[in-house]
Amino acid sequence: MDQADAADTLTGGPRPRRVFRGVRMSAPLPLLLPALLALAFLILPLVALLIRAPWRSMPDLLTSSEVWQALRLSLVCATAATAVCLVLGVPLAWLLARVEFPGRGFVRALVTLPLVLPPVVGGVALLMALGRNGVVGKSLDAWFGITLPFTTAGVVIAEAFVAMPFLVISVEGTLRAADPRYEEAATTLGASRFTAFRRVTLPLIAPGIAAGAVLAWARALGEFGATITFAGNFPGRTQTMPLAVYLALQNDPESAIALSLVLLAVSIAVLAGLRDRWVTAS
Amino acid sequence: MTDTEKNAVDVAARIGGGLDSRLVVERGSFRLDVALTAAPGDVVALLGPNGAGKTTALRALAGLVPLSGGHLRLDGAQLERTPPESRPVGVVFQDYLLFPHLTALDNVAFGPRCHGATKAEARARATVWLERMGLAAHAGAKPRRLSGGQAQRVALARALATNPRLLLLDEPLAALDARTRLDIRAQLRRHLADFEAVAVLVTHDPLDAMVLADHLVVIEDGHIVQEGTPAHIARHPRTDYIAHLVGLNLYRGEAEGHTVRLEAGSAITTEENLTGPVFVAFPPSAVTVHRDRPTGASARNLWRCEVSGMETHSDQIRVALTGDLALTADLTTVAAAELDLRPGATVWATVKATLTHAYPA
Repeated sequence: MDQADAADTLTGGPRPRRVFRGVRMSAPLPLLLPALLALAFLILPLVALLIRAPWRSMPDLLTSSEVWQALRLSLVCATAATAVCLVLGVPLAWLLARVEFPGRGFVRALVTLPLVLPPVVGGVALLMALGRNGVVGKSLDAWFGITLPFTTAGVVIAEAFVAMPFLVISVEGTLRAADPRYEEAATTLGASRFTAFRRVTLPLIAPGIAAGAVLAWARALGEFGATITFAGNFPGRTQTMPLAVYLALQNDPESAIALSLVLLAVSIAVLAGLRDRWVTAS
Repeated sequence: MTDTEKNAVDVAARIGGGLDSRLVVERGSFRLDVALTAAPGDVVALLGPNGAGKTTALRALAGLVPLSGGHLRLDGAQLERTPPESRPVGVVFQDYLLFPHLTALDNVAFGPRCHGATKAEARARATVWLERMGLAAHAGAKPRRLSGGQAQRVALARALATNPRLLLLDEPLAALDARTRLDIRAQLRRHLADFEAVAVLVTHDPLDAMVLADHLVVIEDGHIVQEGTPAHIARHPRTDYIAHLVGLNLYRGEAEGHTVRLEAGSAITTEENLTGPVFVAFPPSAVTVHRDRPTGASARNLWRCEVSGMETHSDQIRVALTGDLALTADLTTVAAAELDLRPGATVWATVKATLTHAYPA
């Protein structure tokens, strides 16, 4: 993402100079028309959601225990998945950005694979690896009695699998932009490479880590395909908001709309948070 | 000096106190190969044009670039395989590289902290260093709030706070504006004079080198071309680069008595009586420029030249001449105007033999 552009759009940016406004507006029709169409295409569904929202019955729908259960589970799992991404993803980003090793480009491509992989495929792959008869899951079950599929932990794993690339890519980009000579300066002062990372690099790239964490968190919150495949759809245990929305749409469209509005509100809150804290700061 | 102290110095000398190194770094087609030695208390300046390998030499001393060959001993200890964090070396980087998220105090305390001091001890030590640099009032400031001169002193304090046995300074004054530079240069000279171990600084500014260092090492294209005291090098330059730096016209030729024959065919009459290969040097101010061939000239050094360029040089005009002999001459603005000099004009240049200086090559 071009952060400078994003910052400008989100904050209203530096105002275009008034003198040139006329010139800027005279966009050629073959560009202007599809552009407006695209805008309408992106906004219309959201507007429709607002129009069709059952505003009157909203309070009842949203205070039902199932909604709160699903929302709480979603928030807890997305946050836990983000924590997993941070603990494992930041070191991986550092490795990719700072250490030259053979096959680095290949590893980077592998890391981004879940980004383009259909989430359902990710879920199936996770089952093959960590399922009760999976490559690793079999041993987990036999030796430790741990089963991951169709549990809340499974939800966290499915979400982390899908969200991790967002964090790694964001942090790696920030690391590449950060001056590695600060780490050199730290080593000449007696810091080991890990101390240099912890006390110098980490604070310097904190904005990038935060932005990556928010992206990962938002991706985890909306995760559907991998979750339903790997963790199933059990209310209170593995039924997150997106699953609840999908299920509600079959029997109770009104509550599906209400749930969707809650997710929309959370998304907007994330965007606002990004703008205030990190996008403009960088 | 007590007997014990004298003994300690003798021991240090015997086991090789100070710096003893030969740095070989190969990178692509570039090869750095320089031998640097210095006794404790020495300030050595590496002087040379851009890309000569000065900074690479400094980074090799710090351990930031591995040696391809040679050796590195500091106070008798082998260091070539020691990682940078374990070397008793302090570095002041060209743009200081103060950690932007830490205050001046915590920047200075960083080193002691990494060497095992508690937070309180490290801060106490950092406070002493900042006071010594006259920066006690700025201890709580983040680097971006510091002026260039202040940042430079914080960087120096940070490098000295680990009590290094080798202090490395990469272009310590390059990032400063002209006015601050004068002031900071004088302060840096004082701090370097107080520093009891070896200091090596890299610069491309001959004035910085001559003010700060007591030993100059001139590097060109990865090799040492000349070394010695600043005074000696200023008086006896051996390459065009150094001659240009110290503002001298420099020629190489064969001496036969008072005459030096240059490869280009012309000759210079000198004060010294020498034989064999020599250098001849004279300052631009020793050159007199005439519009017409001087008659009954007392100067035996007379060349017909053409003006190839002119530029102001402090309150004088520096004229570049080509022809019988390529040389630069300094003229007062009035003299230049009276001679009606302009590029392409033909002139006669004379230099008195007494103003030249010849020395064996």
